[in-house]
Amino acid sequence: MSEDMPKKNPLSLQIDLKKFEPATEEEKKQQDVMSKSTTFFRDSMKKLFRNPLAVFSIIVLVLILLVIIFAPMIVPYGYSEMLKFNGTKDKTAMNLAPFTYSVNEQKYMAEHGVKLFPHIFGTDELSRDYFIRVVYGTRVSLAVGFFASLIVLVIGVLYGSISGYCGGRVDLIMMRIVDVIYSLPDMLVIILLSVVLKELLDGSTGIIAKLGTNMVSIFIVFGMLYWVGMARLVRGQILSVKENEYVLAAKSIGTKSSRIVRRHILPNCLSVIIITTALQIPSAIFTESFLSFIGLGVAAPMPSLGSLANNARQGMQSYPYKLMFPALTICLIVLALNLLGDGLRDALDPKLRK
Amino acid sequence: MARYVCKRVLLAIVTVFIITLITFFTMNAIPGGPFNSEKASSPQVRAALEKRYNLDKPLPEQYILYMGGLFQGDMGISTKTGRDIRQTITESFKVSAKIGGLAALLATIVGVIMGSIAALRRNTVIDRLIVFFSTLSTAVPSFVLATLLLYFFCIRLDWISVWDTENQNIILPVIALALYPTAYITRLTKTSMLDVLNQDYIRTARAKGVARPKVIFKHALRNALIPVITYVGPMLAYILTGSMVVESIFTIGGLGSKFVTGITNRDYPMIMGTTIFLAVLMVTMNLISDIVYKIVDPRITFD
Repeated sequence: MSEDMPKKNPLSLQIDLKKFEPATEEEKKQQDVMSKSTTFFRDSMKKLFRNPLAVFSIIVLVLILLVIIFAPMIVPYGYSEMLKFNGTKDKTAMNLAPFTYSVNEQKYMAEHGVKLFPHIFGTDELSRDYFIRVVYGTRVSLAVGFFASLIVLVIGVLYGSISGYCGGRVDLIMMRIVDVIYSLPDMLVIILLSVVLKELLDGSTGIIAKLGTNMVSIFIVFGMLYWVGMARLVRGQILSVKENEYVLAAKSIGTKSSRIVRRHILPNCLSVIIITTALQIPSAIFTESFLSFIGLGVAAPMPSLGSLANNARQGMQSYPYKLMFPALTICLIVLALNLLGDGLRDALDPKLRK
Repeated sequence: MARYVCKRVLLAIVTVFIITLITFFTMNAIPGGPFNSEKASSPQVRAALEKRYNLDKPLPEQYILYMGGLFQGDMGISTKTGRDIRQTITESFKVSAKIGGLAALLATIVGVIMGSIAALRRNTVIDRLIVFFSTLSTAVPSFVLATLLLYFFCIRLDWISVWDTENQNIILPVIALALYPTAYITRLTKTSMLDVLNQDYIRTARAKGVARPKVIFKHALRNALIPVITYVGPMLAYILTGSMVVESIFTIGGLGSKFVTGITNRDYPMIMGTTIFLAVLMVTMNLISDIVYKIVDPRITFD
């Protein structure tokens, strides 16, 4: 017993410290934390990779990404290139079935004894290689989905965090605006806006012309309409987070508002933001394919999955596989992204599970 | 409650008003007018036509004139066909409403039944199958589904004849429209049913010896359906916009196709008429489903 142990008052109800013994070295060791400490992010990633459906979707998405990145380097055809034979259009190469060659190509191969690159998905009615068109269509659709979600993310998070953090009258006015935009019939407005933007942007030069006016108008339309859902979610999350004691503590030591939002509030809203963005991509892909269907999607000859599927409907009876390839790709991408979004939600925020 | 309803109705009116503004001015921002395509017509004829449709006046005045007419129930005449817009909308809405209404009904009934079964038979083969199909069907775009249905049932199997004026078989368009909402309602019902089944009052009811069907139908299902009510508004929006595509695939002349052809023809009164009609319909349905939601769930506070 050490000498500096305080003396116990005999009348006190306090536990007599003299009855305690110091722990031995062995006992102390039992308290050692053996496992490494993990961060929130690492922990949720571990959970995500334990979810077979999420892992499956990640594999599918990575495979699709690899194909759309590397296929154009390997396949010797262009997406807008009509197959040529001796410098003229190969008329026998129209609407070939998958893995077949046109008459002219067969002749050429027999003469030269070389093997031409197969048309994996056949060719379309303008004798263009269909596989490479589907690959480019997937590129376009994924790009539209990704960038549209990015726009939604930026605008929604900014708007939602300002509204939620400021509160009061500012919040009231900002949320009324959101309410109005939220109840607009989105498809009607999208169709109207894309017609207007398409006509207005036509003839412009530079980066807009390069991307295609329809693509830009899809982005603008998304930026204008779809951020409201994100803004609402972020605002709701911020409203609940900002009541926490640590925010009060930060405020009391004079932290600037922008720092509080950045360091304390936004990280706590991150899971909501990630999940919503992941689920936004498939909805953007759907919208793009819908617009392509009514002829307002990306401009020809640039394909998108929606426009490919739509064009294939005309030859449906003779070439049903031409609809199947882009349609299956859309289904696969949307399915994988939806499952990944669900997996992310379970991993990042089990409370949100619905 | 009354305050909440007033606020929501006011907001709905403002929304519809804003929609008319947006539609009117974006529509006029599209280059080209209704009479530009007819190259043969002389400038005099065009001027007369434009005067006839008030197109010679400045835009704000046109807008006020249109809104004034609208309040008296006059939606104008189509610049393309010369027919009365209100009559055209009523006729095409009958078709759209029949298909859309049936699709909504089908989606709700099938979705609630499947969702409840999945929740009650949790982690069995039936549950897995239902979850599998509902996940799968949210990933199929409606135009792909509609095309496939048309291809297999009308052309390959020849079970159902293709839509024409005499033979109006609405099964396929209804299925094509109902699939996505069905899947969504299934998921919604399943999760809310599971949530409800874990509540204490269900255990109490069971402990009291209430028969299982009564527990499910009276205690569980009634509460589990509350979130489904909130989906009615968005479902209607989905079905109305989805019907544009499905209608054009099955060549049914519904409201959606009138809107799209209205835009391509720059048929201003038609665009305004269809947009306002659809907007009012959607805003009203959203409003009703929000208010009903608050009535059936007293836990929700009014702000």
